[in-house]
Amino acid sequence: MSLLKIEGLTQKFGGLTAVSDFSTHFQGNELMGLIGPNGAGKTTVFNIVSGFYTPTRGNIIFKDKPINGLKPHVVTGMGIARTFQNIRLWHDMSLLDNILISQHHNLGYTLLDSFLRNKRYVDNEHRMRTIAMDLLEQLDLIQFKDERPGNLPYGVQRKIEIARALSVKPDLLLLDEPAAGLNSADVQDLIKLIAWIHKEFNIAIWMIEHQMAVVMSLCSWIQVIDFGKTIAQGTPEEIQSNPAVIKAYLGDDNI
Amino acid sequence: MKKLSIPLLLALIAVGTVLAAHFELLDLYIQTVIMFVGVNIILSSSFNIINGYMGEFACGHAGFMAVGAYVTSVLNLMLFTKSKAFGPPLLSPDLALYFFPVTLILGGIAAAITGLIVAVPSFKTRDDYLAIITLAANFIIVSLFINMDIVGGARGLMGMKQIIFAMEDIVFIPWMLIWVFTFTYLTVFIIRRFVTSTYGKGIIAIHQDEIAAEIMSVNTDKMKLVAFMLSSGLAGVAGGLFAHILGYINPNSFGILKSTECLVMVYMGGMGSLSGSIIAAILFTLLIEGLRFIIPAADTLIHYLPLIPDTFHLSQVLKWVIIPLILVILMQFRPEGIMGNRELSDFFPKLKRFYVFK
Repeated sequence: MSLLKIEGLTQKFGGLTAVSDFSTHFQGNELMGLIGPNGAGKTTVFNIVSGFYTPTRGNIIFKDKPINGLKPHVVTGMGIARTFQNIRLWHDMSLLDNILISQHHNLGYTLLDSFLRNKRYVDNEHRMRTIAMDLLEQLDLIQFKDERPGNLPYGVQRKIEIARALSVKPDLLLLDEPAAGLNSADVQDLIKLIAWIHKEFNIAIWMIEHQMAVVMSLCSWIQVIDFGKTIAQGTPEEIQSNPAVIKAYLGDDNI
Repeated sequence: MKKLSIPLLLALIAVGTVLAAHFELLDLYIQTVIMFVGVNIILSSSFNIINGYMGEFACGHAGFMAVGAYVTSVLNLMLFTKSKAFGPPLLSPDLALYFFPVTLILGGIAAAITGLIVAVPSFKTRDDYLAIITLAANFIIVSLFINMDIVGGARGLMGMKQIIFAMEDIVFIPWMLIWVFTFTYLTVFIIRRFVTSTYGKGIIAIHQDEIAAEIMSVNTDKMKLVAFMLSSGLAGVAGGLFAHILGYINPNSFGILKSTECLVMVYMGGMGSLSGSIIAAILFTLLIEGLRFIIPAADTLIHYLPLIPDTFHLSQVLKWVIIPLILVILMQFRPEGIMGNRELSDFFPKLKRFYVFK
C-alpha cells in the first residue's frame, strides 16, 4: 500500500509540453521536495494532482484509487490539501470562518438542516468549530480568530493558509513555495513549523520551493525537474553535487 | 425577556397592521403600499444572495418573479375559480384559504427550476458573460408568456381577486396582508439562517476567491446551483404575492425595468447585507410611491411660480429619471451602499441585547 503513486504523467497545453513523463511515489509520511528553475512545470504537477487539470497521459493513484480527472473539491475531500504560491485566503471573513469553510467536504448536514437548525446542524457545527479551534490553538493562531486575514502580516497569512489546508485533515499536504516573500527570520520559523507539522500530524508533505535553505534542511528526498522532465532525484547531498542540476540552475560553462 | 423585544416588535408590527386594516383604519392604498414593501423585501433580499453574497452580477431577477406569478395564478384560477380559459373550478372555492400558501410555494418551486437556466451556465461563466445570460433569460421568460395565449398573452392574466374574495368569504380578514407578512418574515429568516451557516458561507467563499473555495473542498458547482435556485425560488414566491395583490398581471411588468428595480434595491442597501436589503426595499418603495404625490405637487408649484411654460407638465415618467439618478449618485459617493457588507447589529452593537439569533 502506498499513499500516492504517479506514473508517466504528461501534460500538454497545445504544442507546449509542460510536464513530460513525470513519476513519483509516496510510501507513507515522507517529506519530499520538488525543485527546478522557473517555468519548469512544478506548479503544473501540483495543479494536476489537486485536480485543476486532467492530465493528457498518465496515472495518479491516491490511496489505491485513481484520481485523475476528479474535481478539485473531491480530491481535497479524499485527503490532498494544498496551499498556493500567492496566498489565496478569503480576506473578508474571519480567520475562524476561513478554517470552518474548509471543512465543507465533511459538513454532515444538508441545506434543509441549515434552515431548521435541528440537532444534526447544531452537533455538526459544534464538531467543526471544535476542530477549527483546536487547530488554531495548536498552531498558536487563536488570538487572531476574529481577525480578517487581510489585516494580518504576511508571515501570519502564510501560516493561516497552512492551517486552513490542515483543517481538511489531509494525508498529503502540497505546499507551493511556502517561503515565497518571507524574510529570513520568518523563513526560519517556517522551517520549524513545517518540521513540527510533519512530526505532529504524521502526514506526507510535498513541497515546491526555491529557497534551497528550506528544501535542503527539510526534505529527505528531492526531485528536480526542468522543462517538464525529471533531471535528477535523490537525497539533498546527492542533489547538491549533481552536475545536471547545477547545469539547469547555473547554465552550461562551455558557452 | 429583553432578548425577545425585537421579535416581539416585529410580531406587533404585523398584528397591528393587520388589525388596523381589518378595522378600516388604513385605507386600501396604504395597505397596498405596505404589501409592496413586503414583496420588495423578498425580492431584494433574495437577489442579494446572488449579487451580494455570491458576488455574481445577475440582472434578470424579474424573470423568475414572472414564473412564480404565472404558475401561482394559473394554479389558483384553475383550482378555485370559474374562468373562461380554465373552465369550472376543480376544487371547492372554500379550500382556497388552505391551498393558497401551497400554490405560492409551488410557484416558488417552478421559479427555482427555471433558475437552472442561469445556474447551469454559471458553472463555467462569470461576470459580464453571466450578466448577459441572466438578461437573456429574463427576455426568454417574458416573451414566453407574451406568446402563451392560454394565459392571456400580452393582454395579461386577471381574476386573481376572485381568490382573495374566496378566502374572505370564509373569514373576513385582510388575508393578503397576512400572507405578505408571513412570507416576508419567512424569507428573511431563511436567508439569514442560510448565510450564517457554514454551508451557506460557502457562497461567500466563492465570492472572495472561487479557486480557493474549490480547492478547500467547497463544491462550487453545487453551491452555485443552491444559491441560484434559492434566490429564484424566493423571487417566484414574491411574484405569486405580487400577482394576488394586484389581481392582474402582464408579462411586460416583469421586464428589464423590474429587474433594474431589484438591482437598485440591492446596490442601495449594500451587497452582502441582509438588513441593508430590507432598509433599501422599504426606502425604495416609499420613494416610488412618494413620487406619485411629489411630482404633481412640484408641477403645481412651478406653475404657480411661473417658472416653466403652461404647456409643459412634469410627468410621472420623471420617476425613471430620479431613480437611476439615485443609483448614479450612490455609486459616486457611497459605492458600498447604505450598509456596506455589514448588518445593522455591526453598526449598533447594543441591538444584540434585544434579540437572540439561533
